[in-house]
Amino acid sequence: MNLWVLVLTTAAGCYALKLAGYLVPARVLDVPRVRRIVELLPVALLSALVVVELVASGRHLQWDGPRLAGFGAGAFAVWLRAPFLAVVVIAAVVAGLLRLLV
Amino acid sequence: MLEESRRGVVRDSLSVGIAVGAYGVAFGASSVAAGLSVLQTALLSLLAFTGGTQFAVVGVISGGGTLGTVLSSGLLLGARNTLYAMRLAPLLQVRGVRRFVAAQGTIDESTAMALARRDRALSRVAFWWTFASIYLFWNATTLAGAIGAQALGDPAKFGLDAVVPAAFLALLAPRLRAGNIERRIAAGAAVIALILIPLTPPGVPVLASSAAVLLGGVLR
Repeated sequence: MNLWVLVLTTAAGCYALKLAGYLVPARVLDVPRVRRIVELLPVALLSALVVVELVASGRHLQWDGPRLAGFGAGAFAVWLRAPFLAVVVIAAVVAGLLRLLV
Repeated sequence: MLEESRRGVVRDSLSVGIAVGAYGVAFGASSVAAGLSVLQTALLSLLAFTGGTQFAVVGVISGGGTLGTVLSSGLLLGARNTLYAMRLAPLLQVRGVRRFVAAQGTIDESTAMALARRDRALSRVAFWWTFASIYLFWNATTLAGAIGAQALGDPAKFGLDAVVPAAFLALLAPRLRAGNIERRIAAGAAVIALILIPLTPPGVPVLASSAAVLLGGVLR
């Protein structure tokens, strides 16, 4: 995959999506059902990304101990409503240390 | 009095910018770990400038997705900015060149900060200051994270592979606390992704998970 093509089309697409909201008359897109779906899309995509980043290795499921433990520690921090930076550091430290020790 | 509340809005906007900056470090680092160069990483933050999409794009790249799956999952996540822009347009009343600048700043945080104010003038202050401070911090921390990750080398050694899913969970958490429908959709999407990982090419599980919205959102 050409990463430059990807970076530039992503950038152009994201900007076009933002600008469209200012240019298109509101009533065209402002249908309650469409609004609801667009608002809920990130929930599904983020949840799938958690799973994929956690256990996918290409087309295989890979249950990596330190990664799962680091994620578990980070998830616990999320549950305790720790700030984002704390979640990131806890997950990295737990996974990194386990990988070093085991 | 108005001057004072204006100062409060500016202060709030700046602190949102600093808080969001922390995500920039994680984005910069995971982007370089996924195989993008420092320049490509920095350009994504400068030009695309919408955190969820940027994280998704590098997430699907590192999973081995194709151009099509990477782009579609990224743009699906960016589609909510269109709705934000429609909400903001009558509030900001921007015309000419300013409209094209305002478009770039239309993201989760600036929209939330602007809509939180009852006074229209204060809404505009909140939008522009939140946009400016996040733009500054997000791009600075992206660069720092990218350069840092490049210097560190193997990301798995430092537990970065555990950071990325934890970061996605942290982004997801406020939505999970919002209600039952959100939790059902998240659970459905996770199951869809898990089932599809061994069955479909990389990138498809994330994209296909959006079907969970139709199951959870429209049946209501």
